[in-house]
Amino acid sequence: MLMFTFRRFLQLIPVFFGATLLVYFLVFATPGDPIAALSGGKPMAPAVEAALRAQYNLDQPFWVQYGLYLKNLVTLNLGQTFSGQDVSAVIARAYPVTARLAIMALTFEAVFGILFGVIAGLRKGKFFDSTVLVASLVVIAVPTFVLGFVLQLVVGVKLGWARPTVSGSAPWNELILPALVLGLVSLAYVIRLTRTSVGENMNADYVRTATAKGLSRRRVVVVHILRNSLIPVVTFLGADLGSLMGGAIVTEGIFNVPGIGNLLYKAIQKGESATVVAVVGILVIVFVVANLVVDLLYAWLDPRIRYV
Amino acid sequence: MGSDVQPLLEIRDLAITFQTANGPVEAVRNAHLTVMPGETVAIVGESGSGKSTTALAAIGLLPSNGGVSGGQIIFDGEDITNASEKRIVELRGNSIGMVPQDPMSNLNPVWKIGFQVKETLKANGLAGANSKERVAEVLTEAGLPDAATRAKQYPHEFSGGMRQRALIAIGLACRPRLLIADEPTSALDVTVQRQILDHLDSMTTELGTAVLLITHDLGLAAERAEKLVVMYKGQVVESGPALEILRNPQHPYTQRLVNSAPSLASRRLQSQKAKDALAAAAAELGSPVEPAPVVEAGHTPSTVHAAAKHAEPQASLAKGAQAGETILEIKNLTKVFKLRGALGKSTDFKAVDDVSFSVPRGTTMAIVGESGSGKSTVAQMALSLLAPTEGSIKFDGTDVTTLKGKPLFDFRRRVQPIFQDPYGSLDPMFNIYRTIEEPLKIHKIGDTKSREKKVRELLDQVSMPASTMHRYPNELSGGQRQRIAIARALALNPDVIICDEAVSALDVLVQAQVLNLLNQLQEDLGLTYLFITHDLAVVRQIADHVTVMQKGRVVEAASTDEVFSNPKQVYTQDLLNAIPGATLLV
Repeated sequence: MLMFTFRRFLQLIPVFFGATLLVYFLVFATPGDPIAALSGGKPMAPAVEAALRAQYNLDQPFWVQYGLYLKNLVTLNLGQTFSGQDVSAVIARAYPVTARLAIMALTFEAVFGILFGVIAGLRKGKFFDSTVLVASLVVIAVPTFVLGFVLQLVVGVKLGWARPTVSGSAPWNELILPALVLGLVSLAYVIRLTRTSVGENMNADYVRTATAKGLSRRRVVVVHILRNSLIPVVTFLGADLGSLMGGAIVTEGIFNVPGIGNLLYKAIQKGESATVVAVVGILVIVFVVANLVVDLLYAWLDPRIRYV
Repeated sequence: MGSDVQPLLEIRDLAITFQTANGPVEAVRNAHLTVMPGETVAIVGESGSGKSTTALAAIGLLPSNGGVSGGQIIFDGEDITNASEKRIVELRGNSIGMVPQDPMSNLNPVWKIGFQVKETLKANGLAGANSKERVAEVLTEAGLPDAATRAKQYPHEFSGGMRQRALIAIGLACRPRLLIADEPTSALDVTVQRQILDHLDSMTTELGTAVLLITHDLGLAAERAEKLVVMYKGQVVESGPALEILRNPQHPYTQRLVNSAPSLASRRLQSQKAKDALAAAAAELGSPVEPAPVVEAGHTPSTVHAAAKHAEPQASLAKGAQAGETILEIKNLTKVFKLRGALGKSTDFKAVDDVSFSVPRGTTMAIVGESGSGKSTVAQMALSLLAPTEGSIKFDGTDVTTLKGKPLFDFRRRVQPIFQDPYGSLDPMFNIYRTIEEPLKIHKIGDTKSREKKVRELLDQVSMPASTMHRYPNELSGGQRQRIAIARALALNPDVIICDEAVSALDVLVQAQVLNLLNQLQEDLGLTYLFITHDLAVVRQIADHVTVMQKGRVVEAASTDEVFSNPKQVYTQDLLNAIPGATLLV
């Protein structure tokens, strides 16, 4: 198991270099001149323009730019934004917001998804099950930006239960509404996955044997059905954590959440290669680690899985 | 028995109904049976006869769409037909235990064995301070060696036999007065089967537990139970003392069951043609007219036996081929699999080790062995689906291990398989016509019209109506599907058919029909069979020669008669002794 974890961490190295190289190249190849964008398209003194190009290494060929970027990376210098801030400082400000949002969304979808899924699975074909199925189908079918705007309007503006947009420091209570929107679609998938899984395991032979042993219904459900049913759900939740941690461009945009998704979106628009590459690099690492956590959780839930 | 003794379990006029998409279906009607304290009663029947349903009703474990729609279940004087969930939970484990059928699927894969035994004790209030020791004790009783260590392992670390022992431990942990054993060994190898049944027998006898044994195997039932209850299509058709039913079955279904029970049959099947030839040869030899001993069991008289040998070439002279000529010759066949070990190291596993045998044209060679003996690996190599590590497979004089391209394609036409599971070996999206036509199409034989004619002929050969061709596999029963698989194998007029456990998934009566069909086809078409099976009782009915395999090696090879009358190896004797009920009818 240790060996497996170690090897997975080694895998991070090529993944990281590959991803940053690819993203760096994409930003480099994107049409449009970042310096022109910086000045808002107005003509600029040639000396100033040359100085700016030199400052951001934009006068160098691609490989040199990437090499210089890597060199800075070793000294933990992620470069600077066009407004002169350290990229590391910008990320350090935005990331906790996204992490908070992601954790809230994940908790929401895990708790309610598994709860509703189990109840629906145990009462297949009954009223609760049908209601939940229809509701989840609606949630899956409606795009996030519609859902986001509707909830923002109804809960935030009309009812006034929450602030329609998030303030600069993004405290927990203001993030509840965005987290709800963010988790809603995954919630629908978690419910459906849990429901199917519970439904299958309910008819498993070992569940019948457990009942025959004289166990109470409650114990049969909690000990014998639940753990087995959670195996596919955990896989889904782990993968979802990875993507949630990557920021939610649409949701963060609607509620003006100062998170990593917003940051990335603006940086791409401006062509700030240093910011884009740094953010994507971090996201790649987060994603790989999240997948590793899923694999380890998987082995913990299912003893038949052993990694060597 | 005295009338003062109260029955432990009494089922009266029980009816069980399932709610299905096509309306209610009555799975059990007017079932009645009685189990006295300490007595073993067996319910015998084929799949779908309602035997398991009846027994499960007694412990309140019917599937959610099923329910008791009439009659009574009385346990120890108490009517539990409509007992509350609470009362049933009290009875389960404590008063009525269960040992389920398939040890592979009946233990929860994510909990340790010890945990699963302990929660049984706990649920019935029997787990005291020393529950750990008690768990080990219970497992040891069930015949699990080194129980304290084993309890810390997960089910997937156990073999099938060990899992079944763990399940027996769970079933008997709380000392129930009645144990429902639902096909407790049918998923296990024959020799393991015997050990487990013996152990279960001695345990229940010692503890005075009554057993309700559910089985499809009449021989096994008669050997283990004092009383038999025969069920057919949801009804009890006959019940009474085991030996009485076996010797003097009253109901037509029971009579058929007794006649075709493979474990009780003791001679090679013969087609009508062979029987005629046999009679003619016997007459020619001047021996007193002694028709082939079709009905009575026992050994064939030697004169007739010699005559049979004499008559055989004539009977199987189809296709103008010389009978007796070797068609399949396997020499020093070895297959080594690499097993992935820890830290990237791999170990060699010899699945097949230096196996040699040859099969004369028009005869049946059976390869017998337990699971893991390598018999199916041999079959796969003979079909050229798996490359051998060493050795040669000669088919009609040419080595097939090196065949490629066109010659391999031609070889495939001449050697066809029939596999074990008729549910898995037919494509559910193909109708029967397409299934049977496909090999003809692939080998570009005939045009659409002649192919359709051929499919009709083939269906006729396997006794299926031509209308079947527009149906899909899921509309057919297991036996019918196996007939379709046989028709597909026959489509290309092969010389050799390799049957890998071709009848082991079938019910006894269906099995007998399919074996008869295979035998008839062999006579008519001069087919050669390589018959892979774990069931010696089947071998007796179909094979001319037997190769016994154990752990990848051939341990015994001889003619069927020789193996059955004079087994040389201890392993073969074990296999023979393991046939349930073999000694009952002599």
